[in-house]
Amino acid sequence: MARSLKKPPFVHYKLQMRVDDAQENAKKGVIKTWSRASTITPQFVGLTIAVHNGKQFIPVYVTENMVGHKLGEFSPTRTFRGHGGNRK
Amino acid sequence: MARIAGIDLPRNKRGEIGLTYIYGIGRSTSRRILEQAGISYDKKVQEWNDEELGLIRNFITEELKVEGALRSETQLNIKRLMDIGCYRGVRHRSGLPLRGQSTKNNSRTRKGKRKTVANKKKAVK
Repeated sequence: MARSLKKPPFVHYKLQMRVDDAQENAKKGVIKTWSRASTITPQFVGLTIAVHNGKQFIPVYVTENMVGHKLGEFSPTRTFRGHGGNRK
Repeated sequence: MARIAGIDLPRNKRGEIGLTYIYGIGRSTSRRILEQAGISYDKKVQEWNDEELGLIRNFITEELKVEGALRSETQLNIKRLMDIGCYRGVRHRSGLPLRGQSTKNNSRTRKGKRKTVANKKKAVK
């Protein structure tokens, strides 16, 4: 179900702090986060965020088109290696 | 002949149904159009006169997105998902369901006709 509109979009508060800091001081470099549920807000645009997928951090360069999506959508948690094949 | 948005409407159907032959118009939109134009739902397509037809056409061109424009909008939305590389985009690319449905069986709408794999290992006792 969609989130109630009376609330602002969810962004993990520590991540929010990191993002604000990076934008204000024009810092480069990736921000590591485990917070896959955080929504990408317009402030994120231009930053690179490394999103944990349970195993590693996948760097995601945030573009304008991604606003409104969640960070986790860009960091796949499963690897599909194909079906069958000849096993020796 | 009733031609709206580049589509020939079936003549001998009720207006409410006839309009749904246009891509992007379903029953409720169709009803809204007819209400706006002040035409009975039950009036057949062939019974519409030029004035009524004009009203309907106007409403559709001014307020609705139908046929080609709507199709291309949908395509663009899908393309956007694919370009940003998000989960839904990836699923679009691989032709699998997007909304977390199970894919062990079924999902044939997305996956298409069954592709039988030759020499698939049989269950061992």
